[in-house]
Amino acid sequence: MSKKISILIVDDEDSVRDSLFNWFMEDGYQVECAEDAKTALSKLESDNYDIILADIKMPGMDGLEMLRRIKLLKDDSIVIVMTAFATVDTAVQALKDGAFDYITKPFDPDDLSHLIRNATRQISLTKENETLKEKVVTLQNVEDIIGKSEAMQNVLSEVESVAQSNSSVIITGESGTGKELIAKAIHSNSPRKYFPLISVHCGALTESLLESELFGHEKGAFTGAMYNRKGRFEMADNGTIFLDEIATVSKKMQVELLRVLETKTFMRVGGNKEIRSDFRVICATNRNLKLMVEEGTFREDLFYRLNVVNIHVPPLRERHGDIPLLVEYFIKKYCTSMNKPAIPIHRSVLKRLEEFDFPGNIRELENMIERAIVIGNGKKITLKDLPLEKNIKITSVESLDELEKKHISNILLKYDWNISRTAKALQVDRVTLYNKIKKYNLKSTNK
Amino acid sequence: MNLHDITLISFGYFENNFLRNVVENIHHEYKLNIHLREGHLDLSDFYHPARRQYDANKLLQQLEDHFCSDDCKTIGLFNVDLFIPIFTYIFGQAYLGGRSGIASIFRLSNERYGIAPDDNLLLERFSKEIIHELGHTFNLIHCHVPDCVMISGTYVEDIDQKTSHLCPSCKTKLQHKLQ
Repeated sequence: MSKKISILIVDDEDSVRDSLFNWFMEDGYQVECAEDAKTALSKLESDNYDIILADIKMPGMDGLEMLRRIKLLKDDSIVIVMTAFATVDTAVQALKDGAFDYITKPFDPDDLSHLIRNATRQISLTKENETLKEKVVTLQNVEDIIGKSEAMQNVLSEVESVAQSNSSVIITGESGTGKELIAKAIHSNSPRKYFPLISVHCGALTESLLESELFGHEKGAFTGAMYNRKGRFEMADNGTIFLDEIATVSKKMQVELLRVLETKTFMRVGGNKEIRSDFRVICATNRNLKLMVEEGTFREDLFYRLNVVNIHVPPLRERHGDIPLLVEYFIKKYCTSMNKPAIPIHRSVLKRLEEFDFPGNIRELENMIERAIVIGNGKKITLKDLPLEKNIKITSVESLDELEKKHISNILLKYDWNISRTAKALQVDRVTLYNKIKKYNLKSTNK
Repeated sequence: MNLHDITLISFGYFENNFLRNVVENIHHEYKLNIHLREGHLDLSDFYHPARRQYDANKLLQQLEDHFCSDDCKTIGLFNVDLFIPIFTYIFGQAYLGGRSGIASIFRLSNERYGIAPDDNLLLERFSKEIIHELGHTFNLIHCHVPDCVMISGTYVEDIDQKTSHLCPSCKTKLQHKLQ
């Protein structure tokens, strides 16, 4: 370990403190001493110590009380308690209160070395675990949310600022824009990241199923409830609950939800015990909740409870610039999962994709790319691999007759109303051209 | 006396020949002048009747106060069972980066463990213990190299497993101290 392990020795006897101090110094540790619990606690408030070696029997506050206070200050502290008056009860109590281990004075030098080695290993594992968790979270954020456009950058900056808080968030946006990914990003950047993110797709469940899903149920609460079951709110304790398609929740469930959000307590279906859970709520919807409130289909009080922060995810058609990045990401994703080398895509195809409207947003683009990789020749993604023909970006809303009228008029002008030459250019006979001129009431400006 | 001389003071009975060999072993490792002399202390002042052992902290303090000088490192050699309040026993101890240390032969003999006496092994163990405590006075901390004399050892078997030499890293640190 690169950093020196620091040890705080707490004992009222000078000789014990000095002996341990010398012993640990010879072992190369960073050591400090405190003669009583009060001094130790004030040292702990200002400094961090990796290991605290504390005597149980001390004048004033005893070692066990100090242990409890240390655990309140810093829950992951490693405290080893020592005493000259060993009883099973004190040992058990110390371990119950969170002591790392227990040792009886005087001890074999080897026992102490062994104990410190174990504690050091624990510290190193905890640090390694934290580092790995941070790496996992970083990877998830970097890889999953794609977008360099200003609109997406704004969304990401909103995610960053809201993540650290505990406020409720509503994520709005059309279907397929990646609202769940935004919820994941908020959760994984929040202090709750080491606890679960529980997702509930409210739209996929009937009212009674949703109730049981959210609050859990007791055995025998309804036909088929053969076991006690934890609800999603209970599972999300210390973490985040993500309620997707919140607008589909019935009025009765809206009342239930409001009560849970306000009190953070609830009862399982068929149960009579109140359960408390500390969760953060993030909702998503593709509907206009404010409009629903005005129409009376969504409770106003619930809306204000949920809508502390609103993040709007823009549809793909408003951020065409992100399409090449997304295409590249999905090609890499699906080629890797299908064990294929990354398939290139022609620039013209990419251009066509950028012109496409994508009513199904990113989900539609993703499916399109997956399909192209599956059915394509595996060498290059071409236009025929993509179902784009039906939905080329429409720039005009003119009818066919209007377009025909305009086109004939332009060609007539080009050939100075020479009927033969115009008919030849339009590849129709002279009679047809006369009929069209009559139909559209076209007149030469020269006559 | 040179600034980095070493003084070994024996308290209690040791055979002359044995001590001469100890001096030779220490000199071999540190290449410094070694002075050997006898010291006298009433050890009953340091005896703990309940533990039937001698208080190493007090002995070390006594050595520091009355037998040490600033111009050399001093190690007190004892043949009694040493303890410090928290440990059941110790082989020796020293002030880290200080002037003095103590070492005891009491727990190093085979006879204590019901094995046939071995004078050479006893000499080797005692020399290693003195070299180890001297290392602490030169500010060397416990080393993790398995055969380095500065590795921590709490049983005689641990002492037998290490050599009586400093590893290259500890040797370099010592050279810096001696310069």
